[in-house]
Amino acid sequence: MTAENRTLFRRLFEPASVDSQAPAAQVITYALLILWSLVVLVPLYWVLITSFKGAGEVDNGPFYIPFVDFTPSLDAWNFMLLENNTLGPYLNSVVVALVSTVLAVLIGSLAAYALVRIRFQVKLAGVAIFLVLLAAVIGAVASFGIAWELAVGVALALFVIALLTLVRRTRLAVGNNDVEFWIISNRIMPPIVAVLPIYVMFQQLRLLDTQVALIATYTAVNLPIVVWLTRDFFAAIPLDLEESAEIDGASKFRVFFTIALPLVRSGLVATFLLVLILAWNEYLLALFLSNAKAQTMPVLVSAQNTTRGPQWWNMSVLIVVMIAPVVLISTILQRHIARGLLVGAVKG
Amino acid sequence: MTATTDTLPATAKHRGWAEWLDRQSGPVMVMPAVIVLLCFAIFPLLISAYLSLSRFALAPGGFTLKFIGLVNYRKLLTGSQQYHLLGKFGDMGVLQWGLLALIAAGLLLILARYLLRGRATVLGTLGRIISIALAFGLATVAVATFAPGGVPGTAINTLLYVIIGVAVQFGLGLGLALLCGQPIRARNFFRVLFFIPLMVTPVGIAYTFRMLADMQKGPFAPLLRTFGVTEWSWANEAWSARLMVLIGDTWQWTPFMFIVLLAAIENQSRDQIEAARLDGASGFQIFRDITWPAIAPVAATIVLIRLIEAFKIIDLPNVLTGGGPGLATESMTLHSFIAWRTQDLGGSAAVGYMLLFISTIACVSFFNFVVRPARRFEQ
Repeated sequence: MTAENRTLFRRLFEPASVDSQAPAAQVITYALLILWSLVVLVPLYWVLITSFKGAGEVDNGPFYIPFVDFTPSLDAWNFMLLENNTLGPYLNSVVVALVSTVLAVLIGSLAAYALVRIRFQVKLAGVAIFLVLLAAVIGAVASFGIAWELAVGVALALFVIALLTLVRRTRLAVGNNDVEFWIISNRIMPPIVAVLPIYVMFQQLRLLDTQVALIATYTAVNLPIVVWLTRDFFAAIPLDLEESAEIDGASKFRVFFTIALPLVRSGLVATFLLVLILAWNEYLLALFLSNAKAQTMPVLVSAQNTTRGPQWWNMSVLIVVMIAPVVLISTILQRHIARGLLVGAVKG
Repeated sequence: MTATTDTLPATAKHRGWAEWLDRQSGPVMVMPAVIVLLCFAIFPLLISAYLSLSRFALAPGGFTLKFIGLVNYRKLLTGSQQYHLLGKFGDMGVLQWGLLALIAAGLLLILARYLLRGRATVLGTLGRIISIALAFGLATVAVATFAPGGVPGTAINTLLYVIIGVAVQFGLGLGLALLCGQPIRARNFFRVLFFIPLMVTPVGIAYTFRMLADMQKGPFAPLLRTFGVTEWSWANEAWSARLMVLIGDTWQWTPFMFIVLLAAIENQSRDQIEAARLDGASGFQIFRDITWPAIAPVAATIVLIRLIEAFKIIDLPNVLTGGGPGLATESMTLHSFIAWRTQDLGGSAAVGYMLLFISTIACVSFFNFVVRPARRFEQ
């Protein structure tokens, strides 16, 4: 090896400074990153160009580049948006996702704030009696055909009596951390376990296949995430401001809405976006709880998959309009959404 | 109390109520969340337990529920539905028995080491016995159904999605995060781009991958034709169909691992790494001794989060393959959904409860045996 070759070798494989990479390593790094960029982009590109194709371009395909190897047309877009019933489910998705997210963030952050700032003592005996009575009511109504109004009334009366007598005398209590853990642990439960009774419940209330049913259920399933994330945002703000406001006579609710919430604004935005996208993408619950009137986009896509499966162009339009908002949001507001994920993961 | 307030003037009464509300603000603030969760989680959970123990039948003007004990579970574990949940058992050869013995020995070794360390508690021992029993039971089913002549059921499919899927996603995510953590330009561009798939609707991903993987009209069809693959279709073979579901799932979830691990890598102190580099440490040594210990707690936590969600998989198999061929790609959630559609509410609830047991024990075990030690490691 000549001296000249050796210096070339060194320049290729050794970094110029501590803070940089060797040129050879750098080439490999960029190559791998660009490869994964293609993995990310190809599916999105394919679904986008397919939405501008027609039957001919798909069946005689594959064609890859619009204007070069096929002429794009808006036929599928016209058909799906004007003739097919796509806008109804789209509107459902928007309403359900937005309203349920607002509710979940509101209820969840209220609970998270209280759990961070106010000390709780929940008597274990009270919880146990409540669960026993609930199970008894379910058993009585389901097996012995007792009217549910009667069963609930008796149980409620028994519960109040127990609260006033027995429970007061017990010592064993759970604190804030336990309540918080219970709320968050609800996320471990697979939704399929809960969805059957929820279905029956909404059927009895004649709310099946309405937006209300979906909004209520989505609020509940996303609540644990909101509590989990926002509790840390609240814990991070200094106590002084709230304390001085309370000394001035402001109520806890006032402090929450006028001082605490504005202080965690950016954290709330992160939580809101994350939950919004989860609600937008949700499939299983919507599959059970909606079929025609309240159908959301994921259910529409999966239903049309069985009827229009081979019509790639039409399906692609549906998918593009379904994923365009989330892709846009996650591209523009990536920093905010990622912040929500990070808080959850780093604390655990 | 009420009697005294009644006699007060209206303004004072109003103030009294506001004061009471303020004193009770803690419970009042938490109450909405608790009520929502009671209505949509605890109450349904109890009803589901009852449903799983009863037979549901449509009757004129409504339906009837008959309490039948553990029949639904027995049907799934040993009876007529065994093939569906657990799968069809194959012929156990020497290889299979050997493998099982190895797994049993490994699990017993873990238990023995815990007991002999001298700090065993009753709860700790009980927890380990439950985890080990579940692990061994599932391993037995897996080995038996993968034996010649066997067909895995939905429980094993779900486990495959969870274990292989999460492992591959973690590996890829970590690799990408390490690459992006290098001193490169355009890191933010890659970060934003790689993040997108996580947010894309799973149902959309499923259909898109169906198009991409089409053997006649898909974008890769010409490539496959040059390799001479024309008649074969991935949708007709169990393993290739499962692979497709895993590819879709990996496309979606690798970004989650990537984005969190990248943040953890960026957070570690630069001084340590520069000092190590000046001392002549190789890239691998730096990763093993500095980076990995720093990101281990976060890594363990995101794997746990991913495990919790991975057990719930349904959208991808349902749209991509419809659970087929046969049962090859059907997950437990999809199994439960199919049972519900055929009016077998008891069976459906029982499958749901089996999933609840498996995923809860698995996630709690992972938390206790991996996440906790990883966090202690940090201190």
